[in-house]
Amino acid sequence: MNTTNLIKIAVRALANNKLRGFLTMLGIIIGVASVITMLAIGQGSKRSIQAQISEMGSNMIMIHPGADMRGGVRQDASAMETLKLQDYEDIVDETRFVSAVSPSVNSSGQAIYGANNAPTSIYGISPDYLEIRRYKVEDGDMFTEQDIQTAAKVCVVGKTVVDNLFPDGSSPVGKVIRFKSLPFRVVGVLESKGYNSMGMDQDDLILAPYTTIQKKVLAITHLQGITCSALKEEYTDQAIDEITEILRRNHKLKESDDDDFNIRSQQELSTMLTSTTDMMTVLLAAVAGISLLVGGIGIMNIMYVSVTERTREIGLRMSIGAKGIDILAQFLIESILISVTGGLIGVVFGVGAALVVNGAAHFPIYIQPWSVVLSFAVCTVTGIFFGWYPAKKAAQLDPIEAIRYE
Amino acid sequence: MKEIIKLDNIKRDFKVGDETVHALRGVSFTIYEGEFVTIMGTSGSGKSTLLNTLGCLDTPTSGEYYLDGTSVRTMGKNARATLRNRKIGFVFQNYNLLPKTTAVENVELPLMYNSAYNAAERHRKAVESLIAVGLGERLMHKSNQMSGGQMQRVAIARALVNDPAVILADEATGNLDTRTSFEILVLFQRLHAEGRTIIFVTHNPEIAQYSSRNITLRDGHVTSDTVNTNILNAAEALARLPKNEE
Repeated sequence: MNTTNLIKIAVRALANNKLRGFLTMLGIIIGVASVITMLAIGQGSKRSIQAQISEMGSNMIMIHPGADMRGGVRQDASAMETLKLQDYEDIVDETRFVSAVSPSVNSSGQAIYGANNAPTSIYGISPDYLEIRRYKVEDGDMFTEQDIQTAAKVCVVGKTVVDNLFPDGSSPVGKVIRFKSLPFRVVGVLESKGYNSMGMDQDDLILAPYTTIQKKVLAITHLQGITCSALKEEYTDQAIDEITEILRRNHKLKESDDDDFNIRSQQELSTMLTSTTDMMTVLLAAVAGISLLVGGIGIMNIMYVSVTERTREIGLRMSIGAKGIDILAQFLIESILISVTGGLIGVVFGVGAALVVNGAAHFPIYIQPWSVVLSFAVCTVTGIFFGWYPAKKAAQLDPIEAIRYE
Repeated sequence: MKEIIKLDNIKRDFKVGDETVHALRGVSFTIYEGEFVTIMGTSGSGKSTLLNTLGCLDTPTSGEYYLDGTSVRTMGKNARATLRNRKIGFVFQNYNLLPKTTAVENVELPLMYNSAYNAAERHRKAVESLIAVGLGERLMHKSNQMSGGQMQRVAIARALVNDPAVILADEATGNLDTRTSFEILVLFQRLHAEGRTIIFVTHNPEIAQYSSRNITLRDGHVTSDTVNTNILNAAEALARLPKNEE
């Protein structure tokens, strides 16, 4: 008995019961389609979060002064004055895994140009900051090291600030805006980055030399923070270790002392956010997987009924020469055909549903090829697994009894 | 003459609970090529058990059974399935056609389990068989669009398609009216005339008159085994029937 004949027999048997075959398939169709759609949604949101994080600079490391105890009172981190310019310079000079470093001091206030004003933040940084945060100057230029040394009152502005202060659309380059009554000459405009995943407007800012902000706006000598980027995302941990060593040495901390600074990396944030979406994906896939299981049980149920109903047919086939293995193969092929056809239709529906979700609800989706292959493989296995028992039962029938079964 | 079937002291016991039922208590006979044998007996006579044994669906508890020269008693399930496929053509009382399936596909069925035939040969053989039983016009009719007589003809065509050593008919006219029964008998007589070996199991003594030999079974024994010297012609009997039954 060759396989082609067995497949022919199985196809004929299924064609005789089209509606039943379709209804059985429906369980598999829904199962596979939901697995694919759910995974596409889960993976889509994970990817979109990852993309947003890498836009912010996935290898970014932020150093802030740490909370300290003074007379038993834990101090607010912003009141700490532990980070000094020396720390910044040593990080620049002594690290191997850090590629760009910028001090950071900032202040909030009203920016004014002519009759227009808007609340915004001003960041005192060095030109490295652009690389760290993946900003680009679209119009004009970044200020220079020279400007930092002379604490020049120059600035680079974000798109939102431009829109607020120059609503007529004229170029702000060369104009003088005022921030907290201090005049700054605009030397460049940043390319727009839009909102980040936390909903923060990344274009609502003014960048100026950190020396200017330290001396003329805040009147401080310490740094509020240091921002740097690791050579590569995977070197983040080594970079953090290097920085920790330098800062502990500079701050003369004893072995037993806690760090007086905090180091946060974007990697941590990225891990946290992706673990959330990973969990969501797993949950969605689990729910969808259950429906695939239910579909499989549906196949078993129908095949079982089908074996009972076709006892006489089985008896006849056996008496005209079908071996047990032929009967087993026939019923197994039938259930595999149901599940594979159902699986194929399910793949089409799943991909379609994912695209509809994307088009109608603007959910980010990503259909991973392995999710299609996996759900297809699972439903074939389902067909074999749940078809096995009824098929085995059919193969073990006694032809003498089966042929006279009423 | 060639021995097609040789039974030598066949016994078949069944265990039912603690009791042993002796369905066949030593049956011996030989059937030669070209015979048309009716096997008669009331229910409980061991007729069905004998049929199952002859059809290689069951193996005897003791005794030897040779089908076309092959010993069946020690054969395994799969070997017997292949033997049935090559040597035996079954015709059942209730036709046992596949539902919603065309006549040709039904007749092709035994050849589906024989890898020596490809699709084209299978089809050719099936069509030949259907023409031989007078259904050349209804090749593509489905089993549920046919009358009882037509369905039984399809079943006979199916039994012929593998050129069997013996055709085993089990009450083949039992579900048919008188007229159709005679039509089927005419067909069997024609197959007999063509030299085929036929075993027809029935409890209807009338049918014995149309066969060449008659074996009667009672309580697991052969009680009579007679050659019919005066074979009636089924076609004449059919012609004598009143023609109001169509």
